[in-house]
Amino acid sequence: MAILVVAEHDNTDLKDATHKTVTAAAAMGGDVDILVAGTGVKDVMAAAAKIDGVRAVLGVDHVSLTRQLAEAMEAVIVPLMSEYDAILAPDTTAHKNYMPRVAAKLDVMQISSITGVESADTFVRPIYAGNAMATVKSSDSKKVITVRTTAFNAAGEGGSASDKMLADPASPSTSEFVGEELTKSDRPELAAAKIVVSGGRGVGSSENFAIIESLADKLGAAVGASRAAVDAGYVPNDYQVGQTGKSVAPELYIAIGISGAIQHLAGMKDSKIIVAINKDEDAPIFQVADYGLVADLFIAVPELEAAL
Amino acid sequence: MKVLVPVKRVLDYNVKARVKADQSGVDLSNVKMSMNPFDEISVEEAVRLKEAGTATEAVVVSIGPAKAQETIRTALAVGMDRGIHVQTDEDLEPLAIAKILKAIAEEEGAQLVITGKQAIDNDYGATGSMLAALLDWPQGTFANTVETSGDSITVKREVDGGLQTVKLTLPAVVTTDLRLNEPRYARLPDIMKAKKKQIDAKTPADYGVDTAPRLTTVKVTEPAGRSAGIKVESVEALVGKLKTEGVI
Ligand SMILES: Cc1cc2nc3c(=O)[nH]c(=O)nc-3n(C[C@H](O)[C@H](O)[C@H](O)COP(=O)(O)OP(=O)(O)OC[C@H]3O[C@@H](n4cnc5c(N)ncnc54)[C@H](O)[C@@H]3O)c2cc1C
Repeated sequence: MAILVVAEHDNTDLKDATHKTVTAAAAMGGDVDILVAGTGVKDVMAAAAKIDGVRAVLGVDHVSLTRQLAEAMEAVIVPLMSEYDAILAPDTTAHKNYMPRVAAKLDVMQISSITGVESADTFVRPIYAGNAMATVKSSDSKKVITVRTTAFNAAGEGGSASDKMLADPASPSTSEFVGEELTKSDRPELAAAKIVVSGGRGVGSSENFAIIESLADKLGAAVGASRAAVDAGYVPNDYQVGQTGKSVAPELYIAIGISGAIQHLAGMKDSKIIVAINKDEDAPIFQVADYGLVADLFIAVPELEAAL
Repeated sequence: MKVLVPVKRVLDYNVKARVKADQSGVDLSNVKMSMNPFDEISVEEAVRLKEAGTATEAVVVSIGPAKAQETIRTALAVGMDRGIHVQTDEDLEPLAIAKILKAIAEEEGAQLVITGKQAIDNDYGATGSMLAALLDWPQGTFANTVETSGDSITVKREVDGGLQTVKLTLPAVVTTDLRLNEPRYARLPDIMKAKKKQIDAKTPADYGVDTAPRLTTVKVTEPAGRSAGIKVESVEALVGKLKTEGVI
């Protein structure tokens, strides 16, 4: 069996989500190749070639792939799939965007956000915001899979895969990149951080969010948020943790002024240690918290920062 | 421009899913069902396009059991013009749904299909992009803002790093994210009026689509439980615990 893993990268750095996806692919058994699609991808390819257990790294270098637009990714991947039995990619927004296109073109049903590999055709995935776990067996000849990376350990490094450049793809004519507004931050990325400090509606305003950020900086943590905090404009959309935002599983997750709706829990309940600070002692977040502090966040958070 | 919006009837977002004792699935008997929240956002966007004069007709389609008609009526009550109900008691996979929607989009001559980015029951997040691929149309997923002008649509998308804007040539598929708009509530007179709006009754066979599932559910189980820990009395106590755990 041959498996293709699509690399997560920003044209400069290879992301850890790739290593985790390789672990999921390796659990299916077979040869694992990595596809790096982007512009100026030499360094990313070299990094991918070091991942343990990888046979070959395929590179495709073209301006139309700089932002991995869905139509362009489909055009690159679908022809490649004649050589592969399965394709896996992290379930981040970049790959969630085009993987269903690949599946539809191959006439197979995508298996989204898997958290477990039972065999080469059977997988575990959360449904209903993680309130149930479904084990599904695919009868499709090829498997198209996105991987919930928080559920897999990163593959190690020490390999030396071969590399190969693919021909330039045709640029799609019906979609074009116009611009982007990326959230600038020196903090660790949410998905990869060891500690995440998240704020909710209880924080009250974007100005007040400074106390959350200040605590996060003291801990070297990433900052997250509930949907309510994002909707209210306290923080940008990419801070949202939950069923329909990002999934995180850090060593320590601190939820501040967050009630603990099922949609929020879906994105953080696999964290190792959960701390909740909330003034309502009946808030559902306390049902999943290892350590709960019933307190006014405006007093407790600065106190916590000072005590570190 | 004609706009098509597919909607799905799902377990209400406020209800916690319960796994059946025989592990065959989630118990949906006697629980509140509602329109998938992302589909409410799609419907709202289509109605706004109509109100702005951009859309000439807004058609809502639901593929599901008899009760899916209620979901269609809900969309008609907030301003969709007409409904199509493709009745089936099977729980179709996104691939089969996308194939049926492709046939409908072609039959209707739709220029824009707006779907939710995911259904909150199976969480596949696949239908919109699958449909775009089957139609060979461009797509703007996870839409935060959309703007049409002439034969193109500009979509600002919610992505992991922030926001990304793409421009698509119509016809196109857009999938909605949470911040695209705030869906309105239906007013009573409109609910009454919606009862008179047309809903065409169809079946998957009318579209010649093979809906056989590709995935079989081996079992559905409860997630690994997490039990409540302890309440600490003070910030110092909390810091002490976290130091003992070795996480700070
Ligand atoms: C389709 C759909 C998708 C969704 N996806 C997500 C998702 O991905 N992620 C997500 O988070 N939500 C999601 N939600 C929203 C979710 O249902 C909740 O509405 C949301 O998580 C609530 O956010 P919150 O806890 O910040 O706000 P609230 O529920 O309003 O809770 C605020 C909390 O702050 C506490 N508080 C207030 N003041 C203080 C103070 N001074 N000190 C201490 N505590 C204080 C209150 O006691 C309360 O518990 C989704 C909803 C829908 C319908």
